[in-house]
Formats: sequence, C-alpha cells, structure tokens
Amino acid sequence: MPLLEIQKLTHRFAGLCAVSDFNFAIEPHELVGVIGPNGAGKTTVFNLITGVYQASEGSIKMGGQELVGLTPHAITKRGIARTFQNIRLFKELSVLDNVRIAHYGQIAYTPAEALLHIGRFRAEEKRITNQALDLLSIFKLDDMAGEKAKNLPYGLQRRLEIARALATEPRLLLLDEPAAGMNPNEIIQLMEFISWIRKTFSVTIFLIEHQMRLVMGICERLVVLDFGATIAQGLCSEIQNHPKVMEAYLGEEVVQ
Amino acid sequence: MSKLSAAYYTMLTRWQTLTGYKYFWPVFMIAGLAFCMAASAFDFLDLYLQLILIYVGINIILTVSLNLINGYMGEFSVGHAGFMAIGAYVASLLTVDVFPPGAQNLLFPLAILAGGIGAALVGFLVAIPSFKTRGDYLAIVTLAFCMIVKSVLENIDAVGGPRGLLGMEKLTTLPWVFFWTALSVWVIRNLVYSNFGRGVLSIREDEIASDLMSVNTRQVKIIAFVVSSFFAGIAGGLFAHALQFINPRMFDILKSTDILIMVYLGGIASIAGSIIGAVIYTILLEILRPLGIWRMVLMPLMLVLLMIYRPRGIMGMKEIRLFMPLRDLVTEKLWRRKKKEATDASA
Repeated sequence: MPLLEIQKLTHRFAGLCAVSDFNFAIEPHELVGVIGPNGAGKTTVFNLITGVYQASEGSIKMGGQELVGLTPHAITKRGIARTFQNIRLFKELSVLDNVRIAHYGQIAYTPAEALLHIGRFRAEEKRITNQALDLLSIFKLDDMAGEKAKNLPYGLQRRLEIARALATEPRLLLLDEPAAGMNPNEIIQLMEFISWIRKTFSVTIFLIEHQMRLVMGICERLVVLDFGATIAQGLCSEIQNHPKVMEAYLGEEVVQ
Repeated sequence: MSKLSAAYYTMLTRWQTLTGYKYFWPVFMIAGLAFCMAASAFDFLDLYLQLILIYVGINIILTVSLNLINGYMGEFSVGHAGFMAIGAYVASLLTVDVFPPGAQNLLFPLAILAGGIGAALVGFLVAIPSFKTRGDYLAIVTLAFCMIVKSVLENIDAVGGPRGLLGMEKLTTLPWVFFWTALSVWVIRNLVYSNFGRGVLSIREDEIASDLMSVNTRQVKIIAFVVSSFFAGIAGGLFAHALQFINPRMFDILKSTDILIMVYLGGIASIAGSIIGAVIYTILLEILRPLGIWRMVLMPLMLVLLMIYRPRGIMGMKEIRLFMPLRDLVTEKLWRRKKKEATDASA
C-alpha cells in the first residue's frame, strides 16, 4: 500500500486553477521529486498536503486515512513534516526551543500539570529536552543549542529546519527547495545529507527543487508540473528526454 | 578596568551566587509573607505605604498576565480591564450579597477565586475570535469586548448601574496580595517554561510554521487567554476589596492603557520585566503626585523616550536567572561548556 496517495487533487484561488487533477502516490522509503517552472503549483501541492490550504476537490490519503479537512497540526501528528522554501524558523527562540516546540504532539502532560509543574511534567520535560539535544548533536548543532535561531548562518538554519521537522517524528518528510541559495559545492553536500537523512531516520522524502543537478542525482522518480497540470511522471531518465518537459522549460520553438 | 565597571562586575557575580543559591525562593517567600503579615498586624508601615504596596502587587498580577498575551504570544489585547471588571464585580457581589457577614475573612479567598474563574470563562469566549483574527484586528475585538463589559455593567441595576457597587469590607490585606501575586507569577512562569508556553512563543514567531510543527495553536491560544484572564479577574477582586468601591468607569480603556504601559515599560516576554514595569510605574505615579496634572505629561513622555531608545522595554525578551527553572539553567550550562570545547578545538 502506498504511504501517501493523492487522487484528483484540485485547488483554485478564486478563478485561478493552481493545481488541477493531480494524481500521485509515494511508497514507503521512496525519494521522489517535483519539478516545474516558477508558478507551476509545486508549493501549493505541499500546502494542500499539509493542510495549510483546504483542497477544492480530491482526496489525500496517508496510509489509508483521509487528510483533507484536517488541521495542519493534526496532519503533522499523522506523520507528515515539512520545511519551507523561505526558511521559517522561530527566529527569536533558541535552537533548542525550536526543536522542543516540535515535540508538542508527543507531550503526555496536561495543561494543568504544566501550570503547576507537577505530575508527569518533570519526567516529560526531561525526555523532550534530551531527545531534542540528541537530535541536535546528530545534526552537529548541539554547540549552538542556546543560540537564537536568527543568529545561525544560512546553511545551519536550513539544517535546523530539517532537524525541527524530524523532531515531529514523521514518516513522510516534505522538503521545499532545500537547495535554494546554495552554491554547487554545497549542493553536492546537501545531496549526501538528504540521502543520509533518509537512511538514518528511515523516512520517505518528497521534495521540490529547481536544481536539476540535485534532482537528477538523488531522486528515484520525478513529477513535472506546469501551470497546475501534471505534464509528466516517471523515472529520471524518462523525464530528461520527455518532449513536454523540454517544452515547458525551454519553450516550444526550441524543441521544434 | 574602571572603578564603575569593576563595581558592576562584583555586583553581577554576587547576583549570580545569590541566584545559584537554591534556598533563595523559599527564604524569600517566607520572609516576604512574614513581613507582610507583620506589617498589616502591627501597623509599623503606615496605611498609605501599605496601600501602595497593595497596588504594586495588584499591578504586578495584571502586568504579568497581560504580558502572556501581548508579550509572549505577540498579540495586542487592550481588553484586560474588562476581565478585571468581571473579577471585581463577581468577587464583590459574593462578599456583599451572598457570604454571611461573620465569615467574610474566611470566605474571602473563595470570592477572589470565583472572580478569577468568572473572568476565565469570559476569556475562553474571547479566545475564539483569536483563532481567525490577528494583530490590529484582534486589538479591535478586545477593545470592543472592553466596551461591551463596561456598558453591560452600566445597564444592570442589580450591580448598581453607572453608580457602581459599594459596601465591600476592606478584605484585601498585604499578606493576601503577596500570596496572590506570588501565585500568579509562579503559575505564569511555569506555563512559559513548558511546551505549552513554547507553543505560545512559537505563535508569536510564526503561527503557520508552529501549526505545521504539530503545535495545536487553538489549544495554546485558549490556554493563554484563559490563564491571562483568570489572573486579571483575581487582580480585579483584590482591587475591589482594597478600594471598597467600584464602578464601571474604572475599568474602561484607560485602565487597559495603564496595564499596557506597564507591560511595555518593563519589557515584553519577560516575567522579571513585568514585575519591574509594574513596580516602577506604580511607585513613580505616587512619587510624582505633587506635580499634579504635569504627571500625566511626564509619564507618557517617559514612554515615548522608552519606545525610541528601548522599544522592547527595560527587560524586553530577557529573563533574569531567578525566574528560569533549574532544568533550563543546567541545559544552558551544558551548552556553554560544549561551545567552549568547540571553540577550543578549532583554535
């Protein structure tokens, strides 16, 4: 059974059809990429999966359970975490707190216990803090734990965002343009990093990317979007020479 | 090193050894309570000073609780006086009309608690529009709420209408104020240093990201509003029984503005800041009383200068170590050690 199954997903902003009739399935432990020119609707698909937007039509199923209509935090609790195209860390908070917040869905104490610091509170806080510190040390961010997130260099902010997403214990990780603003060298490192995350945390990864080098290097399958429509789906080698894809990227005349 | 910075340094280290002392809080609590009890029993503080201290305590409760919404959650609520009014009226009605005259002293905490609960229930209702509206719009909603409370109270004859309520005994004593102030500071401190509190902070930073990181933003907002309005209600009850007279006009937008000034003077998102802000503002208002109307020129001017030179307030976003839980202090110590190791290794 596929981990995530999307059927006939359509989303309209007033009159504009941002995503139309999007069909997609991802198996556990796959690494799939979405590509497409600017404004093709890639991020909209992510926003629909994570519940930021409510789909106009269609269904999104995670392990057989319907996600359309759920709130973002409920969807995150079912095992989907994401990063953002323009980094959205909690800038004024410490690196450690950024990760601890992502444990919200797992805390076992009630608000009353939190207000009085009694009962399960102490044990749970200890567990959350230790888990967060462990995660940070895996990502080599532990010596930054007390630093404000906004004071981290750009590359580390990207890394922290992925660490924060993984703290929600996802089965499916959505990466929105992880290589944005990186030079070719950093992209090679990022490719290794993404493969390493997939192995270490055994997550399924679905990513949006513009950098062909990265996409072709690590993705097993690709989906190509243009103006909200799916114009191609398949293995990387098939996509590379797909006439419609070349048309979308290079223009009709060049292809002819 | 100059003399001044040397003095500053010794003060800082002294302060740190003081805060590292684990008996500080128990000793402070017992000493404070004993002092307050002695002061009200033997009258060695004159009544005027006692009254000022009572106002300081009430203002600390109001400021800390409003800081939860305006500082930690980053919303802009101007309806705090409305919650205070509900607490004041509920508590006063109980002590004047319901409780038997003989048992007033005994039942007083119950009246205050009931005022807090009444305000918390209304706070729950105000939390609901905050799911949809943010920033300026929520400020307008809370402003409207404050006006509704005032006009409802003015139009109910059973609570005295515009004339207000009289006949409360002077039940708010210094020890009670100390107790409720300590309780509100402690509870809000506890909330802030829990994962619910971190949820409140994350809403300020980026609400959508926080929702996507599994924070139940609705739940967090309800908790923040309920806790905040509960303590505003407590403060209202204490206020009513200190002044022994309330009317709806006391709880209008100007009262809310007073609390806002204390929050932004002391510093947003800081417990220590709230206390500092409330203490400075209350005492300064009393000291400047001889200036008469000029006081109302000087105080806002101070606020203008503060906003220019320190827009986040005296303690904005900072906390003194006394208010941090031990776990966070230990974690920070560990991190500093690790950071030092990392820099040593690279050197």
